[in-house]
Amino acid sequence: MTGMIGTLVQAVGMHGNIGALSAGLAAIGAGIGIGQIGGKAVEAIARQPEAISKIQTNMIIAAALVEGVALFAVVVAAFLSN
Amino acid sequence: MASGSILKSKFFNILLICAFFLAAGLFPKSVLAQETKENKFDPKKTILEHISDSHSWPFAFPFVKEKHIPLPVILYTDKGLEIFSSAKVTTEDTTKDKGIYQGAYHNYKLAENKIVVVDASGNIDEAASKKVFDFSITRNVVSMFMSISILLIVFFSIASSYKKREGKAPKGLQSFLEPLIMFVRDDIAMPNMGIKYARFMPLLLTVFFFILINNLLGMIPIFPGGFNLTGNIAVTAVLSIIIFLVVNLNGNKYYWKHIFVPNPWWLFIIMIPVEVVGIFSKPIALMIRLFANITAGHILILSLISLIFILNTIWVSPVSVVFVVFMDAIELLVAFLQAYIFTLLSALFIGMAIEEHH
Repeated sequence: MTGMIGTLVQAVGMHGNIGALSAGLAAIGAGIGIGQIGGKAVEAIARQPEAISKIQTNMIIAAALVEGVALFAVVVAAFLSN
Repeated sequence: MASGSILKSKFFNILLICAFFLAAGLFPKSVLAQETKENKFDPKKTILEHISDSHSWPFAFPFVKEKHIPLPVILYTDKGLEIFSSAKVTTEDTTKDKGIYQGAYHNYKLAENKIVVVDASGNIDEAASKKVFDFSITRNVVSMFMSISILLIVFFSIASSYKKREGKAPKGLQSFLEPLIMFVRDDIAMPNMGIKYARFMPLLLTVFFFILINNLLGMIPIFPGGFNLTGNIAVTAVLSIIIFLVVNLNGNKYYWKHIFVPNPWWLFIIMIPVEVVGIFSKPIALMIRLFANITAGHILILSLISLIFILNTIWVSPVSVVFVVFMDAIELLVAFLQAYIFTLLSALFIGMAIEEHH
């Protein structure tokens, strides 16, 4: 299956490793996700500064979970690239 | 600045560091250029070699040539137990394989860091290699022994000092670790597991401190650190198998009812497969999250350092070192965070399994 995708990509004219492309796409996903989390957390702190430590804890937990998903994709990408 | 002298300003310190690197770059590079023509630096091979497990223990100190200590190879073949030093299958610097070793039961060779069974002429015997169980003391096993001994020494001494100083304020090592232990109890165990948290506190504390100590030791470049133990997927797999067993063996009937009896009964056709996959996917996610985070961190730092060798110039080293310092600060945060997340999610899963119906 992965060989099929690779030959399809090369037929279109793109040379290189599809593993590298998928790792880059995973980084986009992680960037968007953690950016959203950070933005909403900062907004919440601005609304209610006395809850800062609770908001910070939850932000870190959510960021680590989103990063975990992005890293699944990186692991698969490392598996695909030779 | 109140004290006046220019020698105390921060800007002067930065200028001094830049001047040092400039002066170092002026030294003739011709000698180094001679050496590097023979073996071009291959970053991928070097990085993979640093991260993965191997049968030798690298011993590196500054200004001393790196030596590799060969570690014992312990194989349980279908004919019996076989123990020999890995120096018999690797060359002097133990990075390349030497040849065939005639063991008591089979002939062995090192193929890509794994011991395989070969016949007399060197062809790999696939069927026999599959039946050999490799219990060798490899580099990761040595690092695990070192971190286990650190953990045992620290925690036994704390336990004895708690007994001796009953009722008195904590002192020394106790007072250093007490906030961490209280943090695990008050912020991880109690909110997620309710009243019955005390039964699972030893497990949570062990998991937390094991992962934390191994992550931190992996970041130290010299002895006793520098081994990538939590980035080895076998180690994280064992941790998540333990959590899987604890969760499912302690699940009360509300837990199993929630999985096999969905709330509107006519949804059972999709809910039961989804929930069953969920039983397995949660520990698998724990395993991959820890493995990928730690390994990615190590690869990143090694890549930034090997940037100096790829571009083959010393002028890159201030940039590279500054990047590596930033990355190391992030890695320190990741070390704590991954230990915390693993423990938190384990407490959450155990709490979901033992929760009483409300």
